[in-house]
Amino acid sequence: MRWINTKPGPAVRLMLMLAPFVLLVIAYGMGSAARLADNPSDKLLPALASLTDAINRMAFTPDVRTGEYLMWADTIASLSRLLWTLGISTTIALLFGMIVGMFPYVRALLAPFIATISMVPPLALLPILFIVLGPGEAAKITLIVIGVAPAMIRDLALKVIELPREQIIKAETLGGSSRQIALRVVLPQTLPRLLTCLRLQLGPARLFLIAAEAISADSRLGYRIFLVRRYLSMDVIFPYVARITLLAIIMNFALDRLRIAIFPWSNLERQ
Amino acid sequence: MLLGEEAPTRGTITLDGIPLVAEPGPDRGVVFQRYSVFPHLTVLGNVLLGKAFTGSKIAARLFGASKRSAVEEARQLIADVGLAGSEDKYPAQLSGGMQQRLALARGADHEAQSAAARRAVWRARSRHSRRNPCADEVPLARDQNSPSSWSPMTCARPSPRAPASSPSSARATAPRSAERYGALLSRDIDIWPPRIAGEPSIFAPDRDDPVMPLGLAQDDSAPTQGDKP
Repeated sequence: MRWINTKPGPAVRLMLMLAPFVLLVIAYGMGSAARLADNPSDKLLPALASLTDAINRMAFTPDVRTGEYLMWADTIASLSRLLWTLGISTTIALLFGMIVGMFPYVRALLAPFIATISMVPPLALLPILFIVLGPGEAAKITLIVIGVAPAMIRDLALKVIELPREQIIKAETLGGSSRQIALRVVLPQTLPRLLTCLRLQLGPARLFLIAAEAISADSRLGYRIFLVRRYLSMDVIFPYVARITLLAIIMNFALDRLRIAIFPWSNLERQ
Repeated sequence: MLLGEEAPTRGTITLDGIPLVAEPGPDRGVVFQRYSVFPHLTVLGNVLLGKAFTGSKIAARLFGASKRSAVEEARQLIADVGLAGSEDKYPAQLSGGMQQRLALARGADHEAQSAAARRAVWRARSRHSRRNPCADEVPLARDQNSPSSWSPMTCARPSPRAPASSPSSARATAPRSAERYGALLSRDIDIWPPRIAGEPSIFAPDRDDPVMPLGLAQDDSAPTQGDKP
């Protein structure tokens, strides 16, 4: 049988899926053990025991100073900030993506402008944002929106333009006006792409979130990581990174499930 | 050009003397070879969409009693094209032929709504026309030389206001099978293969000309046909 036609069964698939993760943990354990054998107070690769200790300290013991559970408080603060910005970006992207994609006049007006904006590196604007908007929430939210929204607008506009011309003509011959076609033909077919687009933008959004929090914040995940970096507390940084990653994985998965649940046809089309 | 997708390099298109608006509307019907159905709507939703467009200007959705009657009509149309039982399926779950039949059901629906003046004619042949909404239109040759990938089957509907003596409405009310298949060329067209007014194409004589009794490329058994060579 050809290699391209051999498929793993469910059990083999699960084992293959877990293999890289297990290998990573084993490699970490070996590296950590080797370094600790050399120098028992090494901080770069702490032992698994001290990692669990740190998780206990950060997540399940109230902070002596504030009485908060630090990891949860940081997570909730970061997540709410992320959701806010993603909500704003999504709304902007849907609105602009649709009108840019549908109306040639708006496309001629805005498409080159949006393309230019999306090429501006948002992190380079960060100092300006902090000066103009102050070091509070507004600057961070603006940073993420500037970083994420133009890419989403362009993606959605492309998706709208990609809709077969035949469908639009068909809708016109059925008597649809621009507004009706936007509502019943273009919008429903753009929404699943919006969810996918959001999923793909989670990466950049978190990059900007951590960057903004690292520079100026008083709590949240990014702040904590860059705070404990001063003490070389890798036992805190690793769990935090794992937590941020886990959150992203969950959001990614949830968005995809949401798309399939609301728009079952969008999955049929792919097969 | 009938759908406003391509502009004529020269000349104008008139229908009964009125210039054709270069934008498709409810006066034109089309069934494309691909993408004729909306992938995000079920079979029922596809048929209902046209009704929603005409019935609800703002929301483009029907509610209450108008929705119930529209659903009933739509189910009848779906049953007429033999898709009964598939109302809740999405186009991706249908075969290519079923999708085209769905497109026809929708075309027939909006056809039926389009002109009250032609209702009587429609009723007389409703069975037939639902199967083939193009049957009593003026079918146009598909442009084989078109550079674009889609070659639609386009029907221009004779205007309901047309006087009975005009050629198009005469053809619409009394199609003779021998003339049903094409438009007559009134002028030479400078293309390859050459098309000379009044003469059949040298390569595919039956494609868009009046049926030739002994055409070489003929593959159906029109009543005027003699013995096959």
